[in-house]
Amino acid sequence: MYASAQNATGHPTSEPVFIARGLRKVYVMGEVRVEALRGVDFELYEGEFIVLLGPSGSGKSTLLNILGGLDVPTSGSVVYKDHNLTAAGEAALTQYRRSHVGFVFQFYNLIPSLTARENVALVTELTPGSMTPEDALGLVGLSPRLDHFPAQLSGGEQQRVAIARAIAKRPDVLLCDEPTGALDITTGAVVLDAITRVNRDLGTATVVITHNAAIAGLADRVVRLADGHVVSVERNTTKLTVGELQW
Amino acid sequence: MVRMPRFVPTLDRKLLRDLWEMKGQALAIAAVVAAGVTMFVTYLSNFASLQQTRAEYYDTARFADVFASLTRAPSSVRLRLEAIPGVERVMTRVVADVTLDVPGMAEPATGRLVSLPDAGRPALNDLFLRRGRWIDPNRPDEVLASEMFCEAHGFGPGDRVAALINGRRRWLTIVGVALSPEYVFAIRPGELFPDKRRFGIFWMSGAALAPAFDMEGGFNDVSMALGRGASEPDVIEQVDRVLAPYGGLGAVPQRQQLSGWTLENELAQLQMFGFITPLIFLGVATFILNVALTRALTLQRSQIAALKALGYANTTIAWHYIKWGLVIAACGALLGIAGGAWLGSGMIALYNQYFRFPVLYYRMSTDVAVASLFGALTVAALGAWSAVHRAVRIPPADAMRPEAPALYHQRLFEKSLRLPIASRMVLRNLERQPMRSMVSVLGIAFAVAVLFVGLSFIDVMNLLVNQQFELATRQDATVSFAAPRSARAVHDVQHMPGALDFEPMRTVPVRLRSGARTRTLAISGLPEHPSLNRLVTRAGDALEVPPEGLVLSQMLGDILAVGPGSTVQVSVLEGRRQVLDVPVRMLVDDSLGLQAYMRQDALHRLLGEGGTISGAAITLDPAQTEAFYSAVKTMPAVAGVALREMTLRNFRETIDQTMKLQIFFNVLFAGVIAFGVVYNSARVSLSERSHELASLRVLGFTRGEISFILLGELAVLTVVSLPVGAAIGYGLGQLIMAGFNNEMYRLSFVVSSATMARAFLVVIVAAALSGLLVRRRLDRLDLVAVLKGRE
Repeated sequence: MYASAQNATGHPTSEPVFIARGLRKVYVMGEVRVEALRGVDFELYEGEFIVLLGPSGSGKSTLLNILGGLDVPTSGSVVYKDHNLTAAGEAALTQYRRSHVGFVFQFYNLIPSLTARENVALVTELTPGSMTPEDALGLVGLSPRLDHFPAQLSGGEQQRVAIARAIAKRPDVLLCDEPTGALDITTGAVVLDAITRVNRDLGTATVVITHNAAIAGLADRVVRLADGHVVSVERNTTKLTVGELQW
Repeated sequence: MVRMPRFVPTLDRKLLRDLWEMKGQALAIAAVVAAGVTMFVTYLSNFASLQQTRAEYYDTARFADVFASLTRAPSSVRLRLEAIPGVERVMTRVVADVTLDVPGMAEPATGRLVSLPDAGRPALNDLFLRRGRWIDPNRPDEVLASEMFCEAHGFGPGDRVAALINGRRRWLTIVGVALSPEYVFAIRPGELFPDKRRFGIFWMSGAALAPAFDMEGGFNDVSMALGRGASEPDVIEQVDRVLAPYGGLGAVPQRQQLSGWTLENELAQLQMFGFITPLIFLGVATFILNVALTRALTLQRSQIAALKALGYANTTIAWHYIKWGLVIAACGALLGIAGGAWLGSGMIALYNQYFRFPVLYYRMSTDVAVASLFGALTVAALGAWSAVHRAVRIPPADAMRPEAPALYHQRLFEKSLRLPIASRMVLRNLERQPMRSMVSVLGIAFAVAVLFVGLSFIDVMNLLVNQQFELATRQDATVSFAAPRSARAVHDVQHMPGALDFEPMRTVPVRLRSGARTRTLAISGLPEHPSLNRLVTRAGDALEVPPEGLVLSQMLGDILAVGPGSTVQVSVLEGRRQVLDVPVRMLVDDSLGLQAYMRQDALHRLLGEGGTISGAAITLDPAQTEAFYSAVKTMPAVAGVALREMTLRNFRETIDQTMKLQIFFNVLFAGVIAFGVVYNSARVSLSERSHELASLRVLGFTRGEISFILLGELAVLTVVSLPVGAAIGYGLGQLIMAGFNNEMYRLSFVVSSATMARAFLVVIVAAALSGLLVRRRLDRLDLVAVLKGRE
């Protein structure tokens, strides 16, 4: 069903998953007013792998949160397939996240009191048609660590649990916010490998935020943000594998 | 971590493990809930047990509905009483109070002799024979004696007591030990507690009793059972009319019969306590649950965000956290129900000492258990709700970010005082979150308040004793005559051995009426300048009785709905039985019973009598009390003697027995609250600030120094909470006393400085203990782990 996505550059033939137009987001924190997004246009196609690059404060996380239904824009519109996320209420956004989105965060955000298996079960119990926690953890190579608590896992393993938790429901999009930000290179590579494998094998449209330009080689497209604007969009003619990356 | 069976849903696993993680705090909160529930169950299960026991006993013993005493009526009057519409059954008796000479006891005791029917059991107020056998009607010396009296003296069937009947010593042989619904609470009129040793009831053959009191062919006491739907006030009015020519002392309904009335008041009080005290505890529990959960949720901020990102709905997450509160409360409630049942069954034993039922068993009703569980859960849900509501409301993207660093301020005084850095941190942290500091202060203050209330019972009782036995009744002995006597009787009393000072007393049985409201009691006539028997207010001021008119207890004024300036109808229930309108001059806020006072001379004028007296107040030469006792035992005109020393001792013993247990538990529970609140505050501060404190340790601060920062804050909070708690405690005390007050006694809330010091000490110790526990955790702080983790 995601056949067209196999073609790295073939997105015009496939349907856009997200279309965002004129996104603006303003935070008011006490006396400070922060303009995180200043009119961003963005689209993501089925099966596509996008890397969002930019320095901290460029608005990457804000964009990702809006796409994932964790936040709403101050103005502009985001449409996910036939859902208008801009107009959605709290309940609709919850439903949207539950059915369509998988999140991976920089700091894993695992529930410390639940084992790896149980952390994944949090999702599989919630969303019908999910894979089993064991399968999801198998996909990220954690089958031997099912019953370990987060505190008993290394950083890379924790992040892989987070990825398993995100993909267990077979989401339509996988949104990763600095998934390797807290990891060393070797572990980071294992985590990125898991993400690219999910993108490739399940055809899940994936957005990865990073400030590490080296990772850009994995993407179909690289979107650069700075100061709340999209400054460039590049298409990679050849997609690299994790092993081919130059760190 | 705990392993769990598969069927437990994942979120519930998290719930249980999180609770296990914060078990110290959870336990502290559960303990407070348990304390409240324990009290609720203890009081209310006792209330229910007593109420049910009473109902069953009254029913099986055929306890009468209306009671009346009179001077003497011929037996034929009984038929007229039976003819009153609504009256179903009438039992007439001879009842007389006599002085007893108990072997081995110097001071005189009062015996109440009650006649039994010549054949068969009493038609009403049937006796329960605990031991021995029924009397043989042909043996005039045989009696059944009240259980409490027998117990106090170790009497049983076969023992003998001497009664002074009309100046003659007469031996009564106890053949059985009995209980009566009329004397469940066996007190002499005018006293507060049963005097087991000096008041006994003896049931004997009417044929033997009547001649001694000139009652052959007559009676002086009536009990009546009413039919269904009978109008009690109408019956009483008619009974009074029938008995008026025979010296009727006014009929009273069951609820005003002395024992019935006391029991009723006691039950009302129990029920009131059963609500107010637990309410305070559960209020505190709600409060600390809210605090603990608010702070725990702050720590779970990123987890809440993750759950939201995974698609969990706000309501699901909210319910998850509310369940924390519910689980804690349920544990506390179950513990409390068990504790309450245990304590309740212990307390019923205490009641068994003063209330005599054939069987008083303890029943732990499911109603009480269910109500307390429900109450605890409601309270927990309330406490959890606002905390959860606040935490869950945060938009997920915001929850994902760590909380912005708090804004601190530098105050001028810090510089001028040149405080060390650590002290500045303590102060700024307290000041930064004034709400939170206030909440902690309030929590600890509640512990102080509960202790105040609990411990102050001793002070309250001491005040009452002081007022009653030092200020109001200053005589050593009060002699009351069987019938009013002429002024010449003064001489008899004055010349008794050991009598020093002397004050004649005149009390007149009356019925006061205002509209439809009526009470039967006695007017006490006081001298113009009383030196022994005085009218003292609750505040301890001795008042002079105005030259004319009545002075009533405030409570009596309220019952009759009269005040200064109104007039009450006084029906005199002896002598010429005048019916007079007498103005009320003053209502006085006094401590004990329902009192009516008048100047003695005014009372004499009102009754149109000379210097008639009905008793005397006497001070005694301590060296001659024994001689006085033996003299009074043989004085024929004396119906009873009340001895201050004995009453006071009895009073203190009773208070000691009943209050000690209550005070012990109050202190225990207050300690639990103090410990719970301080421990919670400390744990939360610790978890919130472990990063900061670990950073300080890395910078080279010693354990002592970082402990100072954390525990210094708690010390400041504790110190501030002491006066706040004192103020709250004072308010609560007033509130409880207002609820405590009834027709029997009205107490004023007082706290002595010793009590205050004790309350403060308990809280300080509890705070110090919980501080120490937290300090131990602080010492084990894993620096590397704390710093590596995300704040």
